[in-house]
Amino acid sequence: MREVVVLGAGLHRFGRFPDKSLQDLGREAIKNALEDSGVPFPDIEVAYVGRVLAGMGAGLNVVSEMGQTGIPVINIEMACGSSTSAFREAYLSVASGIYDTALVVGFEKMQRGMLQISEGTSFQSVMGLAVMPASYALQAQRYMADYGATPEMFAQVSVKSHKAGALNPYAQYQKETTLEEVMASRMIADPITLLQCSPTTDGASAVVICAAEKSAKYAAKRQMTVAGWATGSGRYERKGEGNAEGEADAETGSSEVERLSKQAYERAGIGPEDVDVTQVHDAFSPGEIFMAEGLGLVPKGEGARAVWEGRTEISGDIPINTDGGLLSRGHPIGATGAAMVTEIFRQLTGEAGPRQVKGGKARVGLIHNAGIGGVNILVFKR
Amino acid sequence: MAEATAVAPELRPLVPHLTLGATREEDYLNGSVCKNCGTKYVGPRLFCGKCSSAGPFETVKLASTGELHVFTIIHQATPYVEAPYIAAIVDLDGGGSVNTNIVGIEPKPENLKFGMKLKMFTEKVSEDKEGNSYVAYRFTPA
Repeated sequence: MREVVVLGAGLHRFGRFPDKSLQDLGREAIKNALEDSGVPFPDIEVAYVGRVLAGMGAGLNVVSEMGQTGIPVINIEMACGSSTSAFREAYLSVASGIYDTALVVGFEKMQRGMLQISEGTSFQSVMGLAVMPASYALQAQRYMADYGATPEMFAQVSVKSHKAGALNPYAQYQKETTLEEVMASRMIADPITLLQCSPTTDGASAVVICAAEKSAKYAAKRQMTVAGWATGSGRYERKGEGNAEGEADAETGSSEVERLSKQAYERAGIGPEDVDVTQVHDAFSPGEIFMAEGLGLVPKGEGARAVWEGRTEISGDIPINTDGGLLSRGHPIGATGAAMVTEIFRQLTGEAGPRQVKGGKARVGLIHNAGIGGVNILVFKR
Repeated sequence: MAEATAVAPELRPLVPHLTLGATREEDYLNGSVCKNCGTKYVGPRLFCGKCSSAGPFETVKLASTGELHVFTIIHQATPYVEAPYIAAIVDLDGGGSVNTNIVGIEPKPENLKFGMKLKMFTEKVSEDKEGNSYVAYRFTPA
């Protein structure tokens, strides 16, 4: 397998844009990524597009806006992990030597209100179990009982996330919030309040990757290397767990993240102690705490305390979600993964401005992006 | 052309893993046991999630009692359920776990203890356009 580098990345601001089409969002993100990379669109040999809610063939409808060069445009869907899945496929296609340059795109336009995960008349909806924050809340209740964490510690994730989002011109929420405001917001699924839920969002993201041996011809000022990756779905673990409708499957926790991150670290030749900056899937506030543990950044049971003590802030020793994360940057589900890659690119290339961690000396970046159906871990090195 | 015969409305289980008896007291959860590795599932299976074999599977009656595995209180009403309500995973005695609601206690975290004993009951929860009724299961403190 060949070494693969990221040459550029770009976003359309995350937020609510009722007057903009998917094409409007996607075109801007792709244009920004191409300009950032120095790669002209005609040099792109394949595009992988992460998207969930758009209709058939949406990938081509957006990518062809840049020119009809006849390239394959592959639509990828893994719910909230769609565009890191697109990134992984693009990476494999370049690493394997089939293509030299590839474009990764993610986009989404979402409706307001709670995301529906099952049909209106299913068991899950009739019983009121199809509520997205519920699976995080079930684990959070258990976590509090097991490790003595408090609701305030989960709420602090949102405070921290908004602080970072306020420094990100592409974030949906660019305003700080207080612990009191987060705790006082409407209870959704105990202990998760409204301000601890990621919003519904419109947005787009794009990343340009290239075979390292071919990258010299582009005017890219800087690059980062894809150092490791792992992808997988949950293993059979609990008694009685399975796929029958209504059967208990909320117990995902961090065990699959532990297994997959070990694979990714091994491929990258590093350990969690070498990671300088991390993006994790905080669709709901407990996500950051559980994933910090699952990824081995802190020992099991110490994630909540790490957040409470400020260790995961931009200025902390294990900075997480420096762009505001899903909670503040926003979560246009198909676009989230490539936005995580974009932030790691800014951090490792020293271009993150006021969000920059470790004085611009960050060398290793880590991503955890999960969706219904699986988990993607990516490791990057400067 | 034959006239469409009117079909009498039926009483149906909301999920296939609930078997209805003559009365609600006789309703039970059905499950299947993989004869290759012994894993017990809620509902029918064609392949085993644990050992990937095609079984064979033995159809079994699951317990109507169990323990609270995890819970949360949901404060967001749905078209079918009034908030706040308890969403939980219950480990059935003898194997199998189900997502369910717990009723019969005030939905407050302090009223719920991990491992607390629960028992199942069934009731009619919805009706479709043709007038068919659907029965679902919930749990209550034992």
